Amino acid sequence: MPKRDDISSVLVIGSGPIVIGQACEFDYSGTQACRVLREEGLRVILVNSNPATIMTDPEFADATYVEPITPEFVEKVIARERPDALLATLGGQTALNCAMSLDAAGVLDRYDVELIGASIEAIEKGENRESFKQIVEGLPPQWEAEVAASRVCHSMDDCLAGVTELGYPVVVRPSFTMGGAGSGLAYDEGDLRRIAGLGLSLSPTTEVLLEESILGWKEYELEVMRDRADNVVIVCSIENLDPMGVHTGDSITVAPALTLTDREYQRLRDIAIGVIREVGVDTGGCNIQFAVNPDDGRIVVIEMNPRVSRSSALASKATGFPIAKIAARLAVGYTLQEIPNDITRATPACFEPAIDYCVVKWPRFAFEKFPGAEVGLTTHMKSVGEAMAIGRTFKQAFAKALRSRELDSVAQPPEDHVALLDELEQPGAERFDLVLEALRRGTEVGELERRTGIDRWFLSELAELVADGDHAPEARRTFKAVDTCAAEFVAQTPYYYSSWERPAGGGAPAHEVDRGDRSSVVILGSGPNRIGQGIEFDYCCVHAAQTVRESGRDAVMVNCNPETVSTDYDISDRLYFEPLTLEDVLAVCQIERAEGVIVQFGGQTPLKLAAGLHEAGIQILGTSIDAIDLAEDRSRFGELLDRLGYRAPPYATAGSAEEALERSSEVGFPLLVRPSYVLGGRAMEIVYDQEGLRDYLRRVGSGPGTSIYLDRFLEDSIEVDVDALCDGEEVWVAGIMQHVEEAGIHSGDSACVLPPHALGQEMIAQIREQTEGIARALGVVGLLNVQFAIHGAEGLHVIEANPRASRTVPFVSKAIGIPLAKLACRILLGERIADLRLPEDTTNGHVCVKEVVLPFNRFAGSDALLGPEMRSTGEVMGIAHDFPTAFAKAQAAAGAQLPSEGTAFITVADGDKPAATGVATVLHGLGFRIVATRGTAQAIRRMGIPAEEINKIGEGSPHVVDWIEDGEVDLVVNTPVGTGARTDGYEIRTAAISRGIPCITTMAGAMAAARAIAAARRGAPEVVSLQEIHASSQVVG
Amino acid sequence: MHRRATTSALLVLEDGRTFRGSSFGAEGETFGEAVFATGMTGYQETLTDPSYHRQVVVMTAPHVGNTGLNDEDPESSRIWVAGYVVRDPSRVSSSWRARRPLAEELARQGVVGICDIDTRALTRHLRERGAMRVGISSTETDPAALLGRVRSSEEMLGADLSEEVSTAEPYVVPAVGERRFTVAAVDLGIKANTPRMLAQRGIQTHVLPASATLVDVLAVAPDGLFFSNGPGDPAATTGQVELLRDALSHGLPYFGICFGNQLFGRALGLDTYKLAYGHRGINQPVLDRTTGRVEVTAHNHGFAVRAPLDAATSTPYGEVSVSHVCLNDDVVEGLELRDQEGRLRAFSVQYHPEAAAGPHDAAYLFDRFCDLLAGAKEDA
Ligand SMILES: Nc1ncnc2c1ncn2[C@@H]1O[C@H](COP(=O)(O)OP(=O)(O)O)[C@@H](O)[C@H]1O
Ligand SMILES: Nc1ncnc2c1ncn2[C@@H]1O[C@H](COP(=O)(O)OP(=O)(O)O)[C@@H](O)[C@H]1O
Ligand SMILES: [Mg+2]
Ligand SMILES: [Mg+2]
Repeated sequence: MPKRDDISSVLVIGSGPIVIGQACEFDYSGTQACRVLREEGLRVILVNSNPATIMTDPEFADATYVEPITPEFVEKVIARERPDALLATLGGQTALNCAMSLDAAGVLDRYDVELIGASIEAIEKGENRESFKQIVEGLPPQWEAEVAASRVCHSMDDCLAGVTELGYPVVVRPSFTMGGAGSGLAYDEGDLRRIAGLGLSLSPTTEVLLEESILGWKEYELEVMRDRADNVVIVCSIENLDPMGVHTGDSITVAPALTLTDREYQRLRDIAIGVIREVGVDTGGCNIQFAVNPDDGRIVVIEMNPRVSRSSALASKATGFPIAKIAARLAVGYTLQEIPNDITRATPACFEPAIDYCVVKWPRFAFEKFPGAEVGLTTHMKSVGEAMAIGRTFKQAFAKALRSRELDSVAQPPEDHVALLDELEQPGAERFDLVLEALRRGTEVGELERRTGIDRWFLSELAELVADGDHAPEARRTFKAVDTCAAEFVAQTPYYYSSWERPAGGGAPAHEVDRGDRSSVVILGSGPNRIGQGIEFDYCCVHAAQTVRESGRDAVMVNCNPETVSTDYDISDRLYFEPLTLEDVLAVCQIERAEGVIVQFGGQTPLKLAAGLHEAGIQILGTSIDAIDLAEDRSRFGELLDRLGYRAPPYATAGSAEEALERSSEVGFPLLVRPSYVLGGRAMEIVYDQEGLRDYLRRVGSGPGTSIYLDRFLEDSIEVDVDALCDGEEVWVAGIMQHVEEAGIHSGDSACVLPPHALGQEMIAQIREQTEGIARALGVVGLLNVQFAIHGAEGLHVIEANPRASRTVPFVSKAIGIPLAKLACRILLGERIADLRLPEDTTNGHVCVKEVVLPFNRFAGSDALLGPEMRSTGEVMGIAHDFPTAFAKAQAAAGAQLPSEGTAFITVADGDKPAATGVATVLHGLGFRIVATRGTAQAIRRMGIPAEEINKIGEGSPHVVDWIEDGEVDLVVNTPVGTGARTDGYEIRTAAISRGIPCITTMAGAMAAARAIAAARRGAPEVVSLQEIHASSQVVG
Repeated sequence: MHRRATTSALLVLEDGRTFRGSSFGAEGETFGEAVFATGMTGYQETLTDPSYHRQVVVMTAPHVGNTGLNDEDPESSRIWVAGYVVRDPSRVSSSWRARRPLAEELARQGVVGICDIDTRALTRHLRERGAMRVGISSTETDPAALLGRVRSSEEMLGADLSEEVSTAEPYVVPAVGERRFTVAAVDLGIKANTPRMLAQRGIQTHVLPASATLVDVLAVAPDGLFFSNGPGDPAATTGQVELLRDALSHGLPYFGICFGNQLFGRALGLDTYKLAYGHRGINQPVLDRTTGRVEVTAHNHGFAVRAPLDAATSTPYGEVSVSHVCLNDDVVEGLELRDQEGRLRAFSVQYHPEAAAGPHDAAYLFDRFCDLLAGAKEDA
C-alpha cells in the first residue's frame, strides 16, 4: 500500500519542556518524523513550546509554532493552518493527552482533522487500565497472559474498599499520566491516602488503579511496530536488571533480553502482537511491558503505550532501527515492506533486528539537588537522564555504562558488611555500585540474588567483571558497526562502537570503520542529561555536525546519550556511541585521524577533556586551552577583570573552615558560599552572617584539599545573561537576556526576557562593552556566555564567563532567527565574524520569554524553593508583542497556567512586604480575592486593599495548608522567610506543588505573573510561527 | 576468584583464516561446514536441530547458555552440530526450567566448541567469502597442520545425509483430541515440534525413515504426505524425489518444510543451488504472495530452489508457482502446485513454520495443510 494521497498537511505535536519521564527522546522522534514527512512532500506544521529542540529549528517544518501545548493554543494553530491530519504519537504523553482533549472538545471534528498513527479509540483502549485488562484477558488462553489483580477507583472510598480485597502492599497507578507520575507503592493506609489522593488529582480522568503487587518479578519490554496491512514486527526486547518495583526509566536495562529461553520470549512476542492488534494501533510503534515470575514463568502484562516512548528511542539506538522515522512513514500510509532498512539499504524495514552485542542503559539521578527528598527508587520515575553503552559482551557494555555516567561524586559504600548488604537490598540510585562493592568483598552471588531479586546471570557476570575485568589481556580495542542484522548484510550506515576483541590470526584489530579520505572533525557531545546540562547542549552539537558537514568535512559525533538527536546516525557522517572519557575519546581520535576536536558545544563534559586531549597532541578547534583555563580559574579571571577595570563581587578562597570564617568579614555579608569541587551551582548557598556560615560549613564540610569559595552576594540585583560570538578579535553580541528573578536564583532556573524589558540604553551599552572586552581579553574563538548582576547602588558586576555554548543558545537563536551555534562552528572552522554578514539589529517586534520547568512534584519531601543551585529540568518559550503576554504564554507552556480569577494567597518575608502590596494591588484590581497571613495581610490593608487573614499552620485549623488542599486557592505567592525555620513556607509550597497550583516564590516573579494575568484579560494571545516572525529578518547560516 | 581455567583452542577456515580462542564443550578436534546463525534466543533448539548435522555453527549472539538446557525444548534426542562457536558462553544457568548447564552437556555429548573469539569478524568473513569448511581443535597448536586436515574433510556440496539423521524405525505421534487426518511424514531430520504442531490440529503422524517407499507410505493409509527439514545437498538425494513424484502421481496431498521444499522443487523438475552463506536466523521477512502478508520466520537453509518468480511452470502434476519469497534477497521460500482447476494440490516452504526456535507467524501453514487434506478428502 503506497502513501496516502488524501493527506497533504500534517500537524505534529511535540512533547514540550523536558520533565522527568519525558525528555529529549521526543525531540529525537519528533525531528525524525518532521524530516520524513517533509521528504514525503507534506506540509508540516509543528507545535512545541520547547525552544531547545532541534525539531523547532525552522528548517524542520513549514510552520513552527513555539507555543504552549494546550488545547486552547493548539486549536488556534489548527484554525490558522487547517491541517488535514494530526500526528500525536511522537510527542510523548503530552501530545497524546492534548490530542485527546482536542478530540473531546470537538475541535478535530470541527476542523475536519484526522488523527493518524493511533485513533482515539486505540489510545483509550491502550491507556485505560480497565479496557486494557479486558484485552489481555481476552487473548488466546494458550498464551496464558495475565494481568495483576486490580480495582479501578474513582475516589478515596473506592481505594479503601479496593485494598481490603487486594491487601498491602498495593501499587497505585493513575490513568493517563506519564513516567509513572503520581504512582507509588502503598504499604499501609497512610501511604494509600497520600499516594492515591495525589494520583486521583493528577489523572486527567480522576482514575487510579489499585493493583496487586508483583514486586521482585523480572521485568521486560518489547518494542513493537505495526502497519496498516497488519504486519507486525518486534524491534527490540529490553530486560530490566532491577526487578519489578523500580520504574523502567530508573532501572538499569539491557538489550536484548538475556535470560529468556526462546519459548518464553516467543510467548511475550505472541502476547505483544495480540495486544497491539486488539488495541488497534494501526500504524506506528508501541511499547509493551511484562513481568515474568522467576520461579514458574507466569507472565503478567503490565501496560502498553500506544506511541513511541523513551524505550523506543533506546531501542532505536540499541538496534539501529529508526522507530520514529518508520512510524511516521507508516502513519502516512506505507507498509513496512515498502520502507527500506536505512542501514543495509538493500533489505526492507519489515524484519526484526538481530544484534550481536549488548546494550546497557544506565539512569542518571539528581537526588543530591533535592535534599529531603525520598531517595528510594519506586514505581514512579525519578531519574533525569540516561547513558547507554554498547559492548560486544554484557560485561563490556556494563563497564562502559559505568564510565558513561560521569558522576560528580562516587558512591560511599558502608564499611560494615551487614550494613552494606542491608543497604543494597533497597532499590536506590547507587544500588549497583553497592552490589559491585559487595562482590569485591567476596559476597556470594546467591546471597545477592536473594536480597535483591537481580537475576543470578547478571550477578555472576558482575562477579566476573569484578574479578577479571571486562576483557582478556590479549584483546584489543576494535571498532564495530551497529547494523541491525548481526553482520548478515553489509551495513551502509556508519554507526560504531568499540569493543575488546582478540584479533584474528594475531593480526591487527578488525575495525569496521570506513574512514574514507576526507578531513574529519570530531564533535564531543554532552553525555547523559542531568540538571544543568541537558538538551540545549545536544542542540548545539547537532548544529555543529550540520555545519561541519556543510563545510565539506566529515562530521564525527561522539556521545553516549540514547535520548538525543545527536546520536541519530543520520546527523553526522560517523557516529561513535562511546563514553565521554579521555581514553575513549582518544581512541576515536586515533582511528579518525581528525583535523580537530570541538569541545565547546557539549557543556562542561567535553570542556573537562580539553586539557587531556591537548596534551595528547589533539588539535582543539576554537577557544584555546589557556583561554578556557583563564575563564575558569577564579583568580586568573579576577585579575583579568581587574585589568579591564570591570567590577566583580568581592570574593575570597578559603582552605579551611577557620579561614572561611576569618575571611568572611573581609568579603562582606551576605555571602554566596560553595565548595570548590562542585559544578553547576551544587551545594551553593547564601548565608547572611557568621552563624549561617558556620552552619553551612558544618553541613557541607570543608574536608582537606577542598577549598571554599566566598563571594559577596549582591542582594536585590538584576541578573543578565549574554551570549556572544567572537573570532578572537571581533565580537558580535547576539542576545542580552534580562532575568525575571533576581540574582541569587540560578540563571538556569530563572525566567528571562529578550530583548531586556527594563534596562536603560546606557546599561545595555555597558553590558555590550564589557562582554566585548572579556571576549577579546580571553581570546574567545567561538561562543561566549557572560553573566552579570546589576546592583542598584553599585551597578554592573561580572559574575562569570563561560567560554562555550551556554544553555541559552537555542533560545537566543530562536528569538533572533539566527543559528548561533552554527555560526560559532563556522568560526571554529576558520571563518571570521566579518564573513558571516551579521545584522546590527536583531529585534523583530517580538518579546521572547524563557521560563523553566521544575521537578519538585517528583521529589516529595524536598522544598520547592529557588536558589543559586540549579534544579530545573527544562524550559519553554513564550513569544508575543509585549512582555506580559509573552510571560503568560511561557507560564501556560510550563504547565503553570496562571488563573484568570479566584483567590490569591500571599505570604512573604518582611523585606518583601512592600513589593507584595504592589502585587496585591494589581491582583485586587483584576478582581482576585486576596488572602494572606497576618503580617502580610496587615501590610496589604495599609495600602487600602482588602485582604482576609488566614491562620498559619501553628495557629490551628483551618489554616493555609487546609485551604490549599481543599482547592480554595488558585495562586500562591510565598517568599522564604530569612534563613531560619522554613516549616510553614515549606508546607505551603509542598501543598501547592502537589495540587498543581501555581506557586511563585520571588516577588519579581509574582509581579510578572500579575501583569501577565492582566494582559491575558485583554484577550487571548494570538499564535505566531517562527517563519513569520523571521520572514523579514535576514537569516544567515 | 572467578577466573576461568581455560584450554586454548584453534579455529581454522578452509581459506586459512585462523582464530585463537578457548576450548568450550568437549576437548578434541572437529570439522564441518562453518555457518552462522543470527537468532538471539533458542540455542537449545538450534543445537538439537538435525538440519545442522555436519555443520559448525557460529552464533552471532555473544551470550549463549544463559538459560541452561531444559527437558522441554530439545528438537531431537541429541545435539547435532558438528562444532559450536560462541563469543561468551555462560557459566551459570538462569531459568526455572534449566536442568543442566550447556557447556557440560556439550562435553558429555562430545561436541567440540570454541569461545572467546571475535565471532563478528568470523561472521563477516563467512558473509564475504561464503560458507566453507572449518576445523576446531583444542589439541592442535599448529594452524597449518589443522588447515591441511580441514582441506581434506568432507564438503557439504553433494552430501546425502538424510539417512544419517533419520529415525531407524517408524513411530506414530497421535493426534491431540479427535483424529481428523492421518499423515505419513518422511523423517529427513525432523524436528520434534513439527509432529506436535500437526497433532494439535488433529493429525495423527506416522513418522517414517528416510528410506521409506511409496508402499511404506500407503501402508499407513495417509490422507497426505509430509517431508521434513534436514541436512545435506538436495541434489544428492534421489530416492525421496522419486517417492515424492510417485506420491504426487498417486494424488496424495503434500506439504514440505525446508529440505522438503527443495525436494518438492526437484520432484517438479526445478533446480536447487547452494546459497553463498545461507539463511540461518529467526528474523527473516517472508512475503506470502497469496495473501500479501509479511511474516517473520525461522530459517535454516544453505540451499534453495531456483524458480521463476513471475510465472508458473507447468509440470506433469500441475502448475507450480512461487508462493513465498524472502524480502531480504528474493530467494524462493515457498512453492505451490495447483491443478487445472486452480485447486491447491501440494505446497511447501523453505523456512520453518514449526518455529522452535523462532516466531510463530507462519503457523497458519499447518492450517493450510489441514484445509488441503480436508479438500482432498471431500473430493475423494
Ligand atoms: N503490580 C505491580 N507490582 C510491582 N511493581 C509494579 C507493578 N506494576 C508496575 N510496577 C512497577 O512500576 C513501574 C511503572 O509502572 P508502569 O505501569 O510501567 O507505569 P508507567 O506508565 O509509569 O510506565 C514498572 O516499570 C514496574 O517496575
Ligand atoms: N555574587 C553574586 N551575587 C548574587 N548572585 C550571584 C552571585 N554569584 C552568583 N550568583 C547567582 O548564582 C547563580 C549561579 O552562579 P554561577 O557563578 O553562575 O554558577 P554556575 O557555574 O552554576 O552557573 C547565578 O546564576 C546567580 O543567580
Ligand atoms: Mg511503564
Ligand atoms: Mg552561571
